[in-house]
Amino acid sequence: MAVFARPRQALAVAGVLGLALSVTACGTGDDKSSDKVDSAECAAYEKYQGNDGKKVTIYSSIRDIEADRLDESWKQFEDCTGIEIDHEGSGEFEAQLGVRVDGGNAPDLAFIPQPGLVKRFADAGKLKAASADTKAMAEQNYSADWLKYGTVNGQFYGAPLGSNVKSFVWYSPKTFKEKGWTVPTTWDELIALSDKIAASGTKPWCAGIESQDATGWPATDWVEDMMLRTQTPEVYDQWTTHGIPFNDPKVAEAVDKAGAILKNEKYVNGGFGGVKSISTTSFQEAGTPITTGKCALHRQASFYANQWPQGTKVAEDGDVFAFYFPAIDPAKGKPVLGGGEFVAAFADRPEVQAVQTYLASGEYANSRAKIGDWVSANKQLDLANVPNPVDKLSVQILQDQKSVFRFDGSDLMPAAVGTGTFWKGMIDWINGKDTATVLQGIESSWPK
Amino acid sequence: MTTTTPTLPAGAQATGKTTTTAGRVRKRLNSRTATLISIVIAVFWTIPTFGLFVSSFRPENEIKTTGWWTFFTNPQFTLENYQEVLFGRSSSSGQLANYFINSLAITIPSVLFPIAFASLAAYALAWINFRGRDWAYIAIFALQIVPLQMALVPLLKFFSTGVTLGGVTLMPAWDLVDEQKFAQVWFAHTCFALPFAVFLLHNFIAQLPKDLMEAARVDGATHPKIFRTIVLPLITPALAAFGIFQFLWVWNDLLVALIFAGGSSETAPLTVRLAEMAGSRGNEWQRLTSGAFVSIVVPLIVFLSLQRYFVRGLLAGSVKG
Amino acid sequence: MEFDFADVQPKLLMLLYGLIAFAVVVGGLLLLLDAVPSYFARRHEAQLIAAAANGAPLPRRRKPREGMFAFFFLLPAVLLLMIGLVVPAIRTTLLSFMDGGSRNWVGLDNYAWMFSDSSIIRVLINTLVWVLLVPLVATAFGLLYAVMVDKARFESVAKSLIFMPMAISFVGAAIIWKFVYAYRGEGQDQIGLLNQIVVSLGGEPKQWLLESPLNTLLLIVIMVWIQAGFAMVVLSAAIKAIPADIVEAARLDGVTPWQMFWQITMPSIRPALIVVVVTLSIATLKVFDIVRTATNGNYDTSVIANEMYNQAFRYGQNGQGSALAVFLFVLVIPLVIYQIRNLRQQREG
Repeated sequence: MAVFARPRQALAVAGVLGLALSVTACGTGDDKSSDKVDSAECAAYEKYQGNDGKKVTIYSSIRDIEADRLDESWKQFEDCTGIEIDHEGSGEFEAQLGVRVDGGNAPDLAFIPQPGLVKRFADAGKLKAASADTKAMAEQNYSADWLKYGTVNGQFYGAPLGSNVKSFVWYSPKTFKEKGWTVPTTWDELIALSDKIAASGTKPWCAGIESQDATGWPATDWVEDMMLRTQTPEVYDQWTTHGIPFNDPKVAEAVDKAGAILKNEKYVNGGFGGVKSISTTSFQEAGTPITTGKCALHRQASFYANQWPQGTKVAEDGDVFAFYFPAIDPAKGKPVLGGGEFVAAFADRPEVQAVQTYLASGEYANSRAKIGDWVSANKQLDLANVPNPVDKLSVQILQDQKSVFRFDGSDLMPAAVGTGTFWKGMIDWINGKDTATVLQGIESSWPK
Repeated sequence: MTTTTPTLPAGAQATGKTTTTAGRVRKRLNSRTATLISIVIAVFWTIPTFGLFVSSFRPENEIKTTGWWTFFTNPQFTLENYQEVLFGRSSSSGQLANYFINSLAITIPSVLFPIAFASLAAYALAWINFRGRDWAYIAIFALQIVPLQMALVPLLKFFSTGVTLGGVTLMPAWDLVDEQKFAQVWFAHTCFALPFAVFLLHNFIAQLPKDLMEAARVDGATHPKIFRTIVLPLITPALAAFGIFQFLWVWNDLLVALIFAGGSSETAPLTVRLAEMAGSRGNEWQRLTSGAFVSIVVPLIVFLSLQRYFVRGLLAGSVKG
Repeated sequence: MEFDFADVQPKLLMLLYGLIAFAVVVGGLLLLLDAVPSYFARRHEAQLIAAAANGAPLPRRRKPREGMFAFFFLLPAVLLLMIGLVVPAIRTTLLSFMDGGSRNWVGLDNYAWMFSDSSIIRVLINTLVWVLLVPLVATAFGLLYAVMVDKARFESVAKSLIFMPMAISFVGAAIIWKFVYAYRGEGQDQIGLLNQIVVSLGGEPKQWLLESPLNTLLLIVIMVWIQAGFAMVVLSAAIKAIPADIVEAARLDGVTPWQMFWQITMPSIRPALIVVVVTLSIATLKVFDIVRTATNGNYDTSVIANEMYNQAFRYGQNGQGSALAVFLFVLVIPLVIYQIRNLRQQREG
């Protein structure tokens, strides 16, 4: 197909120049020149050398400015090793990845946010096991809690990359100060505060679970957080692996505990209406009433920091901030619910393994963190490199020895439940269906 | 589908001419009422779109907290949404103009190929005598129901691994990179468009006057000649009609482009870019308000410029002389 | 970044290749079909002359067979249809008898699931409601509008406005209707037009998309809003194509508009009506984007195509997704039978 040949070289150069220009223009780039492959900066990449001119494709759900940040984060790696990383992000990632893999057009690497999906591809024999180097790097930098989510049937497939902490309650430090409220550190304080705010005529909590084709997930996060707070971590693991049925009384207890807040007309839905308005309020705008004082508390993950209206200051002394969603029984430790993506490989060429290893390294975690808006459970991540206060708090929680981390349960379950009936069940539950019926329905949908 | 010239009821003929003054007045009134009603409905039909149009000039916070109609009592005007869509914040995704050209490069061949292949096939099914042609037509018609979602994986496999039958490679993998992937998208769109195209065009071609065809055959014209010199000119309006619809479908398609072209700025069309603009978590959907209008410009131009073919008579062939 | 011609050039080149390929394939095919028979004709003539000169018996003229033309006319379309649709349809049918990961045969399990799971039965009912209402309402509206606008001034403007929804992508349409159906609590600023109207009339705002079965009807409104333009354009063109002398003759005979509509217009545009109804029926059976973007099938609004996509692509249940697709194939059978009947009449007529 010679007719299709094109001046790739020239274009690549133009692209690199363009990127370099835009990076300096943004003022975030450091003033290294990109053409010095042998310079001191490249020393760190020595072990990835030998793949000059090779290309690695990565597919993920990360788009727009966050995708730019990714490109920036591995730029030095590309310059030093000569490996070209071609990242593509899509909003249809989960469905499209399956189509591409089945269609024989899999990317080299994919950032998969669901361990359940990693398992599905691993079981189908589509994934390549991680190389010894990658495994060693991952074991050095991540805790066993995290590694087990990248492992299927004893085989290690991929290290975690970015992470988020979901056990957060967003509030307005400004309003709290004005009203003389204090940040609750125990469950009882949280409920007492909610009652106090409710008595003052404001609905204390706001929530929203609408998220286009993923509607329902914020409610499942609530249930998961309550599972971790009412049950032991072991019961939580049994629940996500179907060791106990979905309609077990223990699960019902957790759901009802969430319902004590979410389905309490006195508590919700500040700024939007009644309980039912939760299901049509988009998760992106669910917390906004906090900025206008129509709502005081909003349980949502660390990444909600990006959802606030422009001009909102996110800091401990700012317009909005988050506090840790307190445990019910502090004796059981500090349960932390979170999520993250895993770097799984569909190819085992040396350059692919080199990139996979590099992404598990401390160098990468720090390189990405410096650019902003990113959290990782990587132990080498230096808190000083994390610019944003909520991300700092998240990293602190992830690195805290007392934390008992568990992955978002709906991402661990089979997709038919985790992204299907569990979401739908929670929508029905918000809309008035009773707990027992909903749990029974989800249980019967679990694939045999 | 025969259409005979309707015979008028005897009663109607008996009443005779009513071109009286009163009749003319009534006629004019009728046409006035018709104009009025049709304009009212058109306005009503456009209100939702108009709301989007107004919203596209409002600041993000306003869009998300108050109704678009408050714009008229409390006008807050901004071009920021358009600025973000046209010039973007994301450096890696490049300029919108790039995606515009991708969309054009995808759409034009994806409209031409099905038109050509479908009109050839429709002609054969309508005017060439061969065994099993009715069943062939019915089969192609029925293929309209196959949901294209189910065709994505096998078609992608066809491109990425080729065709091997009993160890013999009938067709190697395509292995296309960058803009060469357009070829895959053309191929896919053509496949998916054919059943409807054949169905639509067959309807017109089959109703061309039989005498015309037979006369041409008697004169010794071959099928290719009849097709080129007689059929094609007669069905131009139908081709234009199908062309418009196919243009709209391809231009607005997201799924096929996503699978076969990928999402990089080298091949992704406008729709893929617009969907991305909502941001990783879908929170920037105010950009879509302006994005929708940026992407609507070309289809509207196409519609307006081809509309005259409709007026000339889309179904010119449907009414036999 | 400046507009970079180097970036664009390969794409335009590729487009050019596409156009060249188009010209070569289509032109080549027609040329071939023109050239080959005339070559044979010339050879036949030569043989005739030779035979006449030798006094040998005249060879019989072999006309190029009709079948050969049909073969080449149909070849590109049939080839593409085989690869793009027939093979996938067969594959889907096979997958529908296999499990979620397409590894084991499970017989009719997926079909048993389809007709026993209450949420799927709901999906089937919804699809039925869609396919009964959308073609009917959209065609009726399109027809009425086409008739009305035929006499009106500003015709092309009015038609463009009705047609505009067709030109908007589903991404845009989803937002447009968000501004119609959106809900905000009582006492707050509504951002949805429908609730604003309800509130200004003194009512309470409603969560439109939550209330089954109303929500299905509201989604159908969106589909009608988009597809009525298609019906209107095709039918309007058909109306324009009615020969002026027929209309004029009727008018001179003093028929009422009512008679005109039923006795002249309707019979004349019947073929176009069939095209519209059939096309809309099939489009409705496959409706996917509207449901997906508006509710994703939640609140009892799901339809077959949406459920099929979820099962096959999101839940990894290929078997169940395929079974739903096969059910779609079954649903098209009435339309196929209708087409066969039409074709028979046509051949006889």
